[in-house]
This record gives sequence, structure tokens and C-alpha cells, in this order.
Amino acid sequence: MHEVITLALMDYLKSEDFRITLYLVRKSPLTMLGMTLTISLILFAILAPYIAKQDPIEQDPSKRLLPPSPEHPFGTDQLGRDIFSRVIWGSRISLTIAVIVVAISFSTGTVLGIVAGYFGGKVDELLMRITDMFMAFPRLILAMAVAAALGPGIFNTVIAMAFVSWVYYARLSRASTLQVREEMFVEAARAIGASNLRILFKHILPVTISPVIVQATLDMGGAILTAAALGFLGLGVQPPTPEWGVMVSEGRRFITEQWWVSTFPGFAILLATLGFNLLGDGINDILNVRSRR
Amino acid sequence: MLLEIRDLKVIFHTIRGMVRAVNGVDLMLNQGEIIGLVGETGSGKTVTGLSILRLLDQNAEIIDGKIIFDGRDLLKLPMNEMLKIRGKEISMIFQEPKAALNPVIPVGDQVAESFMVHERITKSEAKKRVIEMFNRVELPDPERIYKSYPHELSGGMAQRVVISMALALRPKLLIADEPTSALDVTIQAQIMDLFKELVRQFKTSVIYITHDMALAAEISDKIAVMYAGRIVEVAKTEEIFEEPLHPYTRGLLRSIPDVKRRMKTLFSMPGEIPSMLNPPPGCLFHPRCPDKMEICERKVPILKKVDEHEVACFLYG
Amino acid sequence: MDLRTYVIRRFILMIFVLFGIVVITFVISHVIPADPIGAILGPQASPELVEKIRREWGFDKPLHEQFVDYIFKLMKGDLGKSIRTNNPVVEDLLYFFPATIELATSAMIVAIAIGIPLGIISAVKKDKWPDHISRIFALVGVSMPVFWLGLILLFVLYYKLGIFPGPGRLDPGIPEPPRITGLITIDSLISGNFKALLNSLWHLALPSFVLGYYASASITRITRTALLEVLNQDYIKTARSKGLAERVVLFRHALRNALIPTTTVIGMTYGSLLEGAVLTETIFAWPGLGRYSTGAFLSVDFLAVMGTTLLIALIYSLANLIVDILYAFLDPRIRYA
Repeated sequence: MHEVITLALMDYLKSEDFRITLYLVRKSPLTMLGMTLTISLILFAILAPYIAKQDPIEQDPSKRLLPPSPEHPFGTDQLGRDIFSRVIWGSRISLTIAVIVVAISFSTGTVLGIVAGYFGGKVDELLMRITDMFMAFPRLILAMAVAAALGPGIFNTVIAMAFVSWVYYARLSRASTLQVREEMFVEAARAIGASNLRILFKHILPVTISPVIVQATLDMGGAILTAAALGFLGLGVQPPTPEWGVMVSEGRRFITEQWWVSTFPGFAILLATLGFNLLGDGINDILNVRSRR
Repeated sequence: MLLEIRDLKVIFHTIRGMVRAVNGVDLMLNQGEIIGLVGETGSGKTVTGLSILRLLDQNAEIIDGKIIFDGRDLLKLPMNEMLKIRGKEISMIFQEPKAALNPVIPVGDQVAESFMVHERITKSEAKKRVIEMFNRVELPDPERIYKSYPHELSGGMAQRVVISMALALRPKLLIADEPTSALDVTIQAQIMDLFKELVRQFKTSVIYITHDMALAAEISDKIAVMYAGRIVEVAKTEEIFEEPLHPYTRGLLRSIPDVKRRMKTLFSMPGEIPSMLNPPPGCLFHPRCPDKMEICERKVPILKKVDEHEVACFLYG
Repeated sequence: MDLRTYVIRRFILMIFVLFGIVVITFVISHVIPADPIGAILGPQASPELVEKIRREWGFDKPLHEQFVDYIFKLMKGDLGKSIRTNNPVVEDLLYFFPATIELATSAMIVAIAIGIPLGIISAVKKDKWPDHISRIFALVGVSMPVFWLGLILLFVLYYKLGIFPGPGRLDPGIPEPPRITGLITIDSLISGNFKALLNSLWHLALPSFVLGYYASASITRITRTALLEVLNQDYIKTARSKGLAERVVLFRHALRNALIPTTTVIGMTYGSLLEGAVLTETIFAWPGLGRYSTGAFLSVDFLAVMGTTLLIALIYSLANLIVDILYAFLDPRIRYA
């Protein structure tokens, strides 16, 4: 089995398609930057125990609010915890939340959108009405309300965010599906008797996937930002879990004298989100250029 | 001599590399003449037309050549001089009439703009002249059309508006890029008649760009055949039809279905136009040429005068 | 369909949207929580009290009956009572929302003032340095945690450098003008109090910039994309072929078309601004809906949260309605389709 996959992969890597893609990626320094940031984030999350040796949760009041130093590159917070460790470990939290949220909303939303777009009729109407209702709210506001209703905690945060995000994928995939459905080759496939399921997989899915992938990448950034916002407001992950938004909020009281407590976690949010946004933008440009051939 | 294009070369910068769209074009046009520029898609005919007014996209570059109009090289003109020529001395019309008009501005105002850019007149004066032009192009109810938006007009009406816009200032030269291809066949004939009549009245010289040899023949005094970025044959219309010299021209003429002859199969030339990314050496037509000789694979033929024709082919020396 | 029909249709659509908003807020407040009454009364309430209120407020009735009750309550303007302020939620909302409108609207002005010119420059100088710089600028803006930016800028520009005033809408020494609209800038203007007007504008500057920068990113992007799309069209070639100068082509022909999709995005951006307000009002001690709801989150004042959510959704829908009507003015194809 994996020989087949390896062969297919090698074939692709040698193909002109791949070389053009690589060329386009190399040509865009912003996309490269995005990839670097994103990969770094993932590495930090995976290798957290090795990079951040100091315990992110253990408190040491004697070391309260120390400024940045070689021992504590980002300083310490009001409970004596090393901020550098907390930021590194925080990448795990943010990344995990983002991945789960995007995975859930991506899969449910895309499937629902494709089904609604393909079969049309009442199913489609229903989906449109429901998504309309969701989209009447600014995203974060809705997430906040649901989070408030569910209560704090990482699990509830994930549910609240996924509950709010799926609609955008549904709309996107529905729009693509509608476009493709009218294309000649789908009519042709139906004419030779291909089953609906087969048409969905072989024809519709490949086309609808690419804008959705761009959206998913950008959404990773959005999810990190949203999780941080919820944390900042006290609705999301709870202390002592080292979540970046919570850390910014905790450091607010000390901003005048101990600026580092809020600054570094916030900067981490910025870089992580920026990485995904650059990557998503780059993928978007590449896909657009290629399809215009 | 109204217009002389000498050795025009235009390239496009694409991700896959440099594409030679126009590969050394020579063309001459006298005052009052109508020349048909005929070629397949990708032959470079549209690019040639756009180059005259310097309307090419950003990724295109004119790397060589001269375009001499009324004694001046247009390619070397500063932009502010070029703006005085555009719309007034040389005009252009495009294939899709509705796409050529701004969708959010009433069409009458768009035609009036032509007047107001080049002459110092008021809006109401311009409007009067627009209505005059609309009458000239046989638009019914010109006042109502003036206020209409492009999407409210039919293809034929829109093209009449476009024609009135292009001819408003009685330009010396009109470049028409497939003006009837996007229209229904019956409307095509009407517009064609209108076009011929106006051009005759205004004594406008025309470069009529098309892929349809028969259409070109209807209006042109001369026909220039283009292939893969070069002109391969130029002659008077009757000469081209009676005695086509270049093998490509012959192929084109044979492809026109003839109602009078009984044909078992339609003729089409084998092969396709070469990649302009990496053109083959020698004459670009040689891979498809039925009369190919050995020299054709090595050297590029140049346009030479043969009787009343100009041909670029080694069959003629 | 002409303009009037379009507007009427749009208003009717608005009613459906409002209904949808009510349904969702109902679902969130009555269906999602495991124990809605417990959520409303807070963790301190005794089980007996919870049970009593449950029956009193009809929360033991079947769901569809609860929904009807809910709608009736809304029509009477009854959104419950805030456990924190002890006022009816409606009163609190009416008191706090003008400050948010003032902030969001001035941030919108900033966002448009930054976004559209940057988008134009980006499109016209595509793939050259100005394009790259403004794209990075926009991308950073959209990746920025707005609460963090507010905090940092307040620290640097106010605390350290003293360029901008501190938190709040006015300097402590300056009295508020009589409350007519609730927007201090307008109220100062109306009552002729120029000192308060200038001071309030100065206080408005930093928070507006923080929110505006965040929102300008999407405006920059849509302007750029739309303009690039438009500049590729045949009618732009035609305009140039008539001898129009490039600047005229850009402003009279291209922008008129590019601004159409941009307008829609501006409507959606108002939603981001409302979100941003919720996140940054505490930092700037801005007494608006954001500050109110943040306080509500912290003290688990559930009814206040739901009331705020409802109101914000309402404001957002209104903003989109205005934008849609504006759209019809800009695009004749909608009007005369």
C-alpha cells in the first residue's frame, strides 16, 4: 500500500506542477515568512518540554515580577512564574484549540454546504436560513454569548468557537458546489449514470476544496485570535493554564511598571496569527495564479 | 502613408517565461485604406492593434520597432502627446460591446466624455453632439438611450453606441478588433453594413482585425495574414482570394466551407500554432506546411514583394 | 425593479433577520445552558431559589411556549434585570450604547481613511514596494490582538510619552455636556461647548485608531482586489483609448466600480468594530457596551450578556441594511435589473 503512495508522491514531486508551485512559493517572501512562523509555532508546541525547562505553572512568590534577564528571558509574572515557559507552553494550548475548532467546523460545515448545494431544494433553503441567522451576529460576539452560556473552560471554548464557525465553511462550499454543479462535466457524469455519491467525491469535492483550504488556513489564525480574546475576557481557558489571552489580561494591572507581563504573550498571539494569515494568503495567491493558466 | 509599422516586436512576461506575441511585424496603411488583419487566435493580431495605441497590459513589453503615424513615431511619444492622439486621431473598438462600456455610467455620458476630453465644450453641447451621433448610427430613441446603462441595451445597440463613441471625433484611423464576433449573426450583418457606410462617409482608414477571412473580405481593400506573430502575406483582397501565395493563406481559404461546392469533409489544417514560449527554429509555419522545404527548418523568411503581393515564404525566393 | 421596490424588499428582509436574531438568542439563553436559571441567578443562589424562580419565570414549560413568552417579553422591552447593577438590562443598554456607537463610528471613519487609499496604492503599484508594504501593514492589522495593541499603545503613547490622553472620554476636570444623543462629541457641538468637543475628540483619537487599524485591513484588501479586477476590464481599456489621463481613468471609471464590493465589506467591518469595542473598552475605560458586557462576563451576569448580544446584533444588522441601500445607489444593475 505505501509503495503506491510513495510512488504517487515521487511522481508529483517531479512534476512540472510541483516545480511551478515551489517557484511561486520561493518567489513570495511573505509566504515563506508565513510558513516559517507556522512551522516554528508547531515545533514550539511539540517541543515545549525541551525548550521551556521551567515549570509554567509552579508559583514562586519570591520571584515576583522580575524583569527580563538571561535566566528569565521574558521576565516573571505576579506569581513568580517564568513567562518564557508560559508563552512556549501556551503555544500548545492555542494550537490545540485552533486545530480542533477548525477541524470540526471545517468538516461539518463543508459537508453540509456541499450537500445543500448539490441537492438543492428544501435542504438548501433550510441551510441558507440557518446560516443567515448565525451570520447576523458578529462572529466573536456570538462566540462570547455561547461561551457565557456554557461556562468557562477549554472544552466549552472549543464548542463555542466551533458552533459559530461552521457556517462560513458551509456557505463557501455551497457556493463552490453550485458553480460546479452547473458545469458540463457534472451533467455528463450524470448522463452516463454515475451515482450521486460518486459525482460528489470525484468531481465536486476537488473543486470546492481549494477555497475551503485557504479559508481553513486563515481560520487557524482567526481561531488563535478568538481563543485569546475569549481568554482575555475570562470566558475561555481558565488560569493557571498558560493561555496567551489570559496572560495578557492578568498582566494588565502591572502594565505601567512591569510591562513585560502582558507584552510577550500578546506578541506571541500576533506572530502566531500572522504566520497563518501569511500562509493562507500565499496559498490563495498560488491557487489563483495556477487556475488562471 | 498614414501608418507604418516597422519590425514591431512585443513580448509578454509570464510565470512560465517570455512569450513572443509579436515577432517582427511590418504593416503599411495609406489614407482612406481599409486593411483586414486576419489570423487565428494567438497570432498576435490583437496585440499589434493594442500596440498602436500603447494600450497593452502591464506584463507586456514592446521591445523593438517603430510605429509611424502622420510622420511621428508613436512608440517614442511622451504620454501627454499620446493622450491627444487617442480618441481623436486614432480610435479603437473591441469585441464585447457591453463589456467595453462602464456599467455604472449612463452610456450617453460616456460618449459625451469623448467630446469633452478633446474639445472645450460644455456638457449640454456635448450631449447634443452625442444625440447627433446616435442618429447617425441609427439608434432609435436617442434621448432614452443616452440615459440608459449598458446592461439595459441589446448587443447590437451597445455596439452602435461604441461605434459612435469611436467615430465621434472623426479619427483618421480606426482599429476595430473583432467588432461583430460577439453579436448574433443577423445583427452582425446590420452592424457590418452600418460600419461600412460610416467609414465611407467619414473617410476613416481602418485596421479590421478578425479571424474570419470572409468578414475581412467584405470590408477590406487589402488583407494582411498573420501567423504566430508575423505577417506572412499582404495583398489586395481580390488577389488574396484569387491567387493566395502563402501555404497558410491557402489553408485558411480552403477551410472556408463553400455552399456551392459539394464537400465530403471539411478541410482543416493539421497541427496547431507553435508555442510562442519556445518557438521552433526557422519558419514558424513549417511543422504544418504541405510545401515545406529543407531551408524552411533553418531560416526565417522575410516579407518580399512578389508581383502585387508581399509574401514571407521561401517558395518565392 | 426600481430603487423603491429594492428598499422595501430589503426592509422586509430585515424583519426576517431580526426574527433570526431572536431565535438564536433564545437558543443560546434557554436551550444551550444546562441550567438556564442557575446561569442567570449565578453560583451563589440556593437550589430552592433556583427551583422557585424556574417555575415563576415559566422555565418549566415546553420549549415552544417558552419561546412565545420570550418574544412577548422582548416586545415589551423586558430583557430582565442585571444582577450586577440591579437595573433593568434595557435601561443599562440604553445608557451605555451611545458611547460604543461614538467609538465604532469614528473608528469606521479612520478605517476607511486608511483602508481605501492604501488599497488604491496597492492596486496601482501592484507587486512593487508600496504594494508589499501596505499588504504587510494590512496583514499585521488583521493578525493583531486588538486588546493587546490598545494596551501597548496606551502604555507607550500615554503613560510614557504623554502624547495622548489617558483612559476615559474626557479629562477629569471637564464636565460632560448635557446628554442629548449620548455621543459626547455631538452633544458638545450642539451645546456649543467647544472645549469639551476638542477634548472628547482627543480622547477618541487613540481608541479609534486602534480599532480603525484593525478594521482597515479588510477594507484595504477588498479595495485592492476589487480595483485590480476592475482595471482588467475592457471598459478601462476603452476609457484609456479615448485619451483620458490615467488619473481620470482611475477615479472616474475604475473606482466607481471598485467601491461597490468595497461598500459591502465596509458593512461587515462594522461588525468587527463592535467586536473590537467589546474587547478594548475596558482598556480605555470607555463606558460603552463593551465595558458593560465585560463586567457582565466577569460577574456571570447572564441576562446582561444576552441583552448586549441582542443589541449588538441589532446594530450590526442595521449597519448592513444601510450599506445595502447605499449599494443600490452605487450599482445601477441592481436597480434596473
